[in-house]
Amino acid sequence: MFRYALRRVFAAIPTLLILIALAFFMIRAAPGGPFDTEKTLHPEIEAKIRAAYHLDEPLIQQLGRYLSGLAQGDFGPSFQYTDRTVTELIREGFPVSLQLGACAMLLALLIGVSAGGWAALRQNRASDHAVMAASMTGISIPNFVIGPLLILVFAVHLDWLPAGGWPSESLFERLPNMVMPVVALALPQIAYIARLTRGSMIEVLRSNFIRMARAQGLAQSTILLRHALKPGLLPVLSYLGPATAAVITGSVVIEQIFGVPGLGRHFVQGALNRDYTLVMGVVVFYGILIILFNFLVDICYGFLDPRVRQRS
Amino acid sequence: MRVKILFGAGALALLLGGCGGGTEQTPVSYGPIGGESGLELADEQVLHRGNGTEPQTLDPHRAEGVPSSNILRDLFEGLVGEAPNGDLIPGAAESWTISEDGRTYTFIMRPDGRWSNGDPVTAFDFEYGLRRSADPETLSRYSSVLAPIRNARKVIAGELPPEELGVEAVDERTFVIHLNAPTPYMLGLLTHSTCYAVHRGVVERHGSNWSRVESHVGNGAYQLRDWVVQSHIHIERNPHYWDNANTTINEVYYYAIENQDAELKRYRADELDITDTIPQKQLKWIRANLAEEFRVTPYLGTYYFGFNTTRPPFADQPGLRRALSLAVDRDIIARVVSGAGEPVAYSWVPPVRGYAQQEPEEAGWTQEQREAEARRLYAEAGYSEENPLTVEVLYNTSDNHKRIAIALRSMWKEVLGMEATLANQEWKVFLETRKSKLETEIYRAGWIGDYEDAYTFAQLLESANEQNDSGYDNPRYDALLASASAEPDVLRRAEHLQEAERLMLADQPILPLYFYVTKRMVKPWVHGYEGNIMDHIYARHLSILKH
Repeated sequence: MFRYALRRVFAAIPTLLILIALAFFMIRAAPGGPFDTEKTLHPEIEAKIRAAYHLDEPLIQQLGRYLSGLAQGDFGPSFQYTDRTVTELIREGFPVSLQLGACAMLLALLIGVSAGGWAALRQNRASDHAVMAASMTGISIPNFVIGPLLILVFAVHLDWLPAGGWPSESLFERLPNMVMPVVALALPQIAYIARLTRGSMIEVLRSNFIRMARAQGLAQSTILLRHALKPGLLPVLSYLGPATAAVITGSVVIEQIFGVPGLGRHFVQGALNRDYTLVMGVVVFYGILIILFNFLVDICYGFLDPRVRQRS
Repeated sequence: MRVKILFGAGALALLLGGCGGGTEQTPVSYGPIGGESGLELADEQVLHRGNGTEPQTLDPHRAEGVPSSNILRDLFEGLVGEAPNGDLIPGAAESWTISEDGRTYTFIMRPDGRWSNGDPVTAFDFEYGLRRSADPETLSRYSSVLAPIRNARKVIAGELPPEELGVEAVDERTFVIHLNAPTPYMLGLLTHSTCYAVHRGVVERHGSNWSRVESHVGNGAYQLRDWVVQSHIHIERNPHYWDNANTTINEVYYYAIENQDAELKRYRADELDITDTIPQKQLKWIRANLAEEFRVTPYLGTYYFGFNTTRPPFADQPGLRRALSLAVDRDIIARVVSGAGEPVAYSWVPPVRGYAQQEPEEAGWTQEQREAEARRLYAEAGYSEENPLTVEVLYNTSDNHKRIAIALRSMWKEVLGMEATLANQEWKVFLETRKSKLETEIYRAGWIGDYEDAYTFAQLLESANEQNDSGYDNPRYDALLASASAEPDVLRRAEHLQEAERLMLADQPILPLYFYVTKRMVKPWVHGYEGNIMDHIYARHLSILKH
């Protein structure tokens, strides 16, 4: 297992390098630069700013400089937010996205798996159709509709929850602010997980070893929890890796609607502002997380499915 | 003779500078509410303001953009300040005199001015501040506004050291600025963050990191307390501010909210007292439901489309350009498409003090007359139904610009029979395309003045101006601007600028549509909000009423 893990870590390095190089050249290939604004800069000042950010150097040299900084954990200075480094922006934004994303994923797993499992047991009955219809709705309605709707109902009309914002003082004060973004983030995930669970559970429940267990006269609950759930969750697990990485790095839409200072806004604002280092920083960070979560999922697979363990 | 202007007398007298005698007035206070007003203050004096996008920095010399400026106005105070209606009032300087030739400004510093760390604010701070601002090493993105100051251009270009800038602290309380030419808008310029002082000790100790929460020091009514990127900036009273007795609001939260729908919802949930703007699509709803809280104020800006005069079909075709301008029914654009009460624009410079607006004669015509003349000019330029003009209209991606571009296209089609195709580009791409002048035929643009003077608009169309995206090049226009710049008499200067605008409008390198307004929601319990053409709102002039 350890050797397997080590091999995976080394295999990730070339993937990451390709990602960095792609992102590096693509953002620079985009027309318009970080310092193009409506009011033209004095050429002397522009030259000095470009030199300060090493944009006057050949591209390969810039890439080398970036990589050597990265090796030391330095994502470079943000072009847009001149008082801050990209490392700081990620350090401040990530915990926020992580809090929201982790809560949302937990909620999604809890509700999604139970609803999906329940629907699988009642396949083709009214309750199954109801769960599936609800989850189809959940998948189809985009966040930018759900979010404002929640705000309108719970903040503007009922006045139960704050419409947005992120009090910085304490977690306790923030809890009310977290409810709606977490729900909005979780809804499509709940729907997706419920469908995945249902599909794979139906398949598992039809398989021979379950029939065998039934024939032996085991209780329905034992069959479900002891035998069916583990293999039934495998597809959910593969989905969970990249989905968690995506959710905990923040959603632009949710963050804009609820005024949450997470990482997600940096993807879009960074790209719009041509803040090269910020875009690179969040892309690389996201890339690392995706690789990490896929790796974790594979490890978990090993525990859940003996066949995988044997092959490795 | 040296004329001494002490205080008040309205901005016009200040702008007029050397001519006529100065007047003295007792200071007016804008802050607290007198007992006789019958208004009662809320116990908690905390203001929540929507502030658009995340500010880049709170270093006044490196900042650009409206969101930073809004906050900097509370954290710093220039030599000159502003009243709620935009009149210029004493700031860090308690008085000033302007020499007869209009080229030397002498400021007397307020004896009780204090930085937020308690240090006195002196003339040396402003000397250091302005030199730092002009120093190319500071990487100021706005230092070009210092151009009227003697040697500023050379200092900015790195040809002279910052010490050669025409500013000088004679002693702790006397500060002198030497100008290249009489510049009537100089006092207004001093309210710009580029002209603020910064605390030398703090800047030198912390380097470029000084403007972060841990080390930020300012001389304004407030000091920085907390900054959560992409969420909010929290400021609180500067305990050492000289006018604390007349300041009511204790804390201000500036929220970074770029989504206007989200902003309106947070306003409706009473989480914001003042919004930055409104979502255009909600205009009708706001008019119907929150009309009394909807505040519209004229803003120093012009929305227009430009013609690329450097390439066909619009090069050397003033008649054709005029035809396109006349064919547009601006009333429809302003009333139906933008719709918040924007004044229609036939001319370039919005109404500013000390300048007569130059409306061309067609402003007084009926739309039928305009269209008839448009058709005549269109035919004269050699186009007809069989041989229609085809052009591309370029705008940056935005619903509002798109709606306007579509309206223009259909008006041109209907009146002239010409074919316009619409193209949109993402902002940064658009800026590059527009600036290169290689592809554009007609492009969208807007210009917001940096200071309240016609010159900030006039200079945009100077042939040498890098931002002259139309490529307009008229030596007579350039000459008129040059004589205006050198003219010590403010009235004659205004005449030069007005003549230049008339000349330019006849050539029609641009197609002005409307003058901007600021549109925002203000809660009824926010007292003291007036709005002004620069849209400079100071928290210290406001207070929160009991509600």
